[in-house]
Amino acid sequence: MALSESFFGQKFGITEHDLQSYLNEALSAGGDYADLYFEYLATSSLSIDESIVKSAVQGVSLGVGVRVIAGERTGYAYSDDLSPEKIRRAARVAACIAKGPAKVDKTGFEEANKRDLYPILQAPNETSLTERVDLVKRADRAARAYDSRIFQVQASYADSLRQVLVANTDGVLSFDRQPMARMNVGVLARQGNGSPQRGFAGGGGRVALDFFQNEHSPEEFARESARQAIVQLDAVPAPAGEMTVVLGPGWPGILLHEAVGHGLEADFNRKKVSAFSDRIGQQVASPLCTVIDDGTIRNRRGSLNVDDEGAPTQKNILIEKGVLRGYLFDKLSSRLLRSGATGNGRRESYQHIPMPRMTNTFMLAGDSDPGDIVRSTPRGLYCANFGGGQVDITSGNFVFSASESYLIEDGRITRPVRGATLIGNGPEALKYVSMVGNDLKLDEGVGICGKEGQSVPVGVGIPTIKVDRMTVGGTSG
Amino acid sequence: MIDAELASQVVRLALDRGASDAECTLSEGEEFSAGVRMRSLETLKDAGSRGAGLRVLLGQQVGSSYTSDLSSEGIRKLVDSALEIAAISTEDPHAGLPDPSELGSLSGDLQLYSDDVNRIDTSQRIELALQAEDAALSADPRITNSEGASFDAYSGERVFANSRGFLGSYRVSSCSLSTTPVAREGESMERDYWYSYARNYSKLESPAAIGRKAAQRALRRLGSRKVPTQKVPVVFDQLTARSLISNIFEAVDGDSVYRKASFLADKLGERVASENVTIIDDSTIPGLFGTSPFDDEGVPTRRTVVIDRGILTSYLLNTYTGRKLGLRTTGNAARGLTGNASVGHGNLFLEKGERSPEEIIRGIRKGLYVTELIGSGVNTVTGDYSRGAAGQWIENGEFAYPVSEITIASTLQQMLMDFAAIGSDLEFRGSVASPTLMIGEMTVSGQ
Repeated sequence: MALSESFFGQKFGITEHDLQSYLNEALSAGGDYADLYFEYLATSSLSIDESIVKSAVQGVSLGVGVRVIAGERTGYAYSDDLSPEKIRRAARVAACIAKGPAKVDKTGFEEANKRDLYPILQAPNETSLTERVDLVKRADRAARAYDSRIFQVQASYADSLRQVLVANTDGVLSFDRQPMARMNVGVLARQGNGSPQRGFAGGGGRVALDFFQNEHSPEEFARESARQAIVQLDAVPAPAGEMTVVLGPGWPGILLHEAVGHGLEADFNRKKVSAFSDRIGQQVASPLCTVIDDGTIRNRRGSLNVDDEGAPTQKNILIEKGVLRGYLFDKLSSRLLRSGATGNGRRESYQHIPMPRMTNTFMLAGDSDPGDIVRSTPRGLYCANFGGGQVDITSGNFVFSASESYLIEDGRITRPVRGATLIGNGPEALKYVSMVGNDLKLDEGVGICGKEGQSVPVGVGIPTIKVDRMTVGGTSG
Repeated sequence: MIDAELASQVVRLALDRGASDAECTLSEGEEFSAGVRMRSLETLKDAGSRGAGLRVLLGQQVGSSYTSDLSSEGIRKLVDSALEIAAISTEDPHAGLPDPSELGSLSGDLQLYSDDVNRIDTSQRIELALQAEDAALSADPRITNSEGASFDAYSGERVFANSRGFLGSYRVSSCSLSTTPVAREGESMERDYWYSYARNYSKLESPAAIGRKAAQRALRRLGSRKVPTQKVPVVFDQLTARSLISNIFEAVDGDSVYRKASFLADKLGERVASENVTIIDDSTIPGLFGTSPFDDEGVPTRRTVVIDRGILTSYLLNTYTGRKLGLRTTGNAARGLTGNASVGHGNLFLEKGERSPEEIIRGIRKGLYVTELIGSGVNTVTGDYSRGAAGQWIENGEFAYPVSEITIASTLQQMLMDFAAIGSDLEFRGSVASPTLMIGEMTVSGQ
C-alpha cells in the first residue's frame, strides 16, 4: 500500500515529503535515529448492569509521537494536533536530547514487510450498535438463567480500531490497522446468609464481531463466570506453606509472564537489573520447559503485524529445554546491545515511549496426560484460574493470585479453596517443574500487562504443569 | 489555558440537538519528565494534550463520548456520538444529574496550583535527578547499580459544566523526584525506591535525602530469606499501611455497596473495626493530592468520617450510588473525561495514634515488619486477604534479618477488628495516607 492510499494519507493528506521534513527536524540537533508514530484510535464500550444498559461510550483520540535517540539517550514529545507546525514543534522538543550538527537523511522510505494476522474486512466498531448491545443483553440473561443463586450480573463489551503509521530514519515506513474486541462477564452468587462470591470470565482478540456470534458466544462467557462463582460458594480456607502446585491449562500461563517474561525484557538486562541478567545459556528451568513469545499468532490479543516501532513481530524462543536462550528487544535495546530486532517494541499510545514488552507468551506442550499429573500428586493445590500477578524483576520474586483452585488429596481434585496468592522466585520456580501436559491452551484473550505506567494487551498460555514446590499464601495451617 | 466557555457551548449544543440534560468535562495537561541513569541523562519527555468528554441524557437513557479534537467539527461529532449511543442504552430510573441544590464549589484558595516549578529550567531539573541518584549510588559500596532517577512535573486544568447551570474549573500542578538504586552483595540483588511528591517545587524533599533513603531501603533487603509458615503480629510501614486503607476504600465505595459486592455492605452504624480506628475522607485540606473544590459532577467536596472509633458511619457516594442506597451524595463523584461517574476518594486517611513506630516494634517478641506488598490478592467482596510481602523479621523488639518470598494472609474483617497499635507518624505522600500500624495476628506463609 502506498502512503497516499493509507489511512493517514487519505484522511490527513500526509505525504512522504512531510514525513521526511518532520524527521529532518527531529535530527536537527544531531542524534542517531528518529521516528514518528501516528495513531488514530476509535473506541466504543457498552455495559449492562442490573439488566439495564447503563453505560455506553464512544470516542476518538488522535496524535503523533516523535522520538529522537542519541546514544543511550531518548528525547520524546507528542502532539494531539496533526498540523505541520505542531508536529515540527514536537520534533524540535524531542531534538533537544541531542547536541550536535544537524543530520539530514534523505534516503526515502521502504514499506516494512508485513503479515496479515487479523484480516478483518469490517472491524467491530464499524458494525451497528444494536448488534453489539445484543451481546451484553444475551450475557446478562444467560448468567441469570444459570443458577438462581446468581444475584448480580455485569457484562461489558468493548472494542477499538487503531490506525497506525510509523516512519523512521532507517527509511522504514509501516502502516497497520489493529482491531480489538473483548467481552467480560462478572457475577456475584450468594447462598442463604453466606458471603457473596465473585465469578469472572471473558475473552476476545483481534477479531470481527462474528467471533462472539459463532466462536465464543456471550452465553459461554456468562456460564463460565456463573460456574466459577457457584463453585466458590463451597470454598474452604486455602492452605498455607510450601506444597506441590498443579496449574491447569490456559490462563495460568500468567506464571510464565511474571516468573520469566518480564525478567527477560532487554531494557532490564541492558541495565543488568534483572534476576536473569547475564544468564543466557544457563539452566533457569527444568529441561521439560520451553517458553516462547510469539507475536504472530492469528487473531490473538497479543499479536501485531508490526510492533509499535514498525518492526515485524516474530516467534522468539526465550527458554529452550530449560536453558535461557534470548531476551525481548525494542529498537533502543537492540541498537545498544547490537542484537537483531525481535518485534517487541510496544507502547500504550502516541503519548508513550516504546519499551520491550511481551506479546503472547506460552510454554510448549509436553508428553504427560493431564489426568496422570493430578493422579501423581498425593497432596497439593490445583489452580484452574487466576486474577492478576506481579513481579519484582531485580530479586526475581513474583506472585499470582489464584481465583479458582482446589485441594488435591490422594491424587484427586477435591474441595474448592478460597482465593490465595502464590509466590515464587523467577529463576528458581520453573526448576521444580516435574511434569508438563500435552494439553497446551492459550488464554481466552483478556490479558492486560502493566509496566512503568503503560498498559498493553497481551496473551498467555500453558499446558497443565506440575510444580513440585511453591509457596501458597492461604490461612489454613 | 482552556476556554471554559467551550464546556458551556458543548452543553448548549447537546440540548439543542435533543438531549434533556448534559455534562461536559474539558481537560488539558502538560507533562515533563527527565530521567537519568548511572549519572547521565537518559530520557527527556515534554508534551501536552487536551480532550473533551460529554455525557447526555435522553430522558432516563444515558450516552457518553469523548474526543481529542476540539475543533468545531470535532465538537459536533462529539455531540452526535453521545446522542447516538444514548439511544441504544436502557432507561435507568436512577440516572440523572445532581439536584441543583447540591451543586457548588468550595471557595478560597485550595493551593492546588503553583507555578514555582516552571521557574526551574530543564538543566536544573536534570541536575535534581542526577543529585538524587548520586546520593543513592554514593551511600554505600554495595549500591552497585541503579534503575535511575527521574524528575517529573505536571500541570493541568479541568473544566466542568452541566445543564443545571454549573460551570467550574481549577488548575493543578505537581512535581516529583524519585530514584531506584540496586544493591548487591554476593548472590543477593535487591532494588527499592524513594520519592517525594508535592504540589509546589518548594515543598519537595532534597535530592540528597531522597537518594540516601532509597539506598537504605534497598540495602536493608540484602540477604533476605524465607521464614517458616506461622501466625504472628504484622506491622505495616506507612507505604504498605496505605494500601490497606485503599482496600477499605473499595469496600465503602457506594458502587460496590449497593450491589452487595462489599463485605461492609449493610453494616452502616455497626462496629466493623477496633475502637482505635477512625478513617476520614477529606477533600478540603489545602495543598494535598486528594483536594479539589468540587467533584466530577459539580458537587462541592467535603469531610466525611467513614469509620468513627470502629463504627461504620458513612459510605463514599456520588449522586447515582446515593440514590440507589436512599442516601445523598458525599461529593465523591469521579470520572476521567466521560462516562457515568464512579466513586473516588479525596484525602483518605487513618487517624494517627499515640506510639512511635519504634515503640510499636519494641513491643513485639516475634513478628513481621512489612515494607513491600505485591500482587492483587485482596477480595473486598468476601474480605479475603492474601498478598506477597517483603520486609524485616522482628525478634525481641528488634529487626533480626530481612525476609522476602513470603505471603501474609487473613481477612479484612479480622484485620480491622485487630488494629493492635497505630503509629503517630501520619504523613501525606499521596491522596491515601496512614501511619504505621500493627495487626495483632496474620498467617505468614513461607517454607
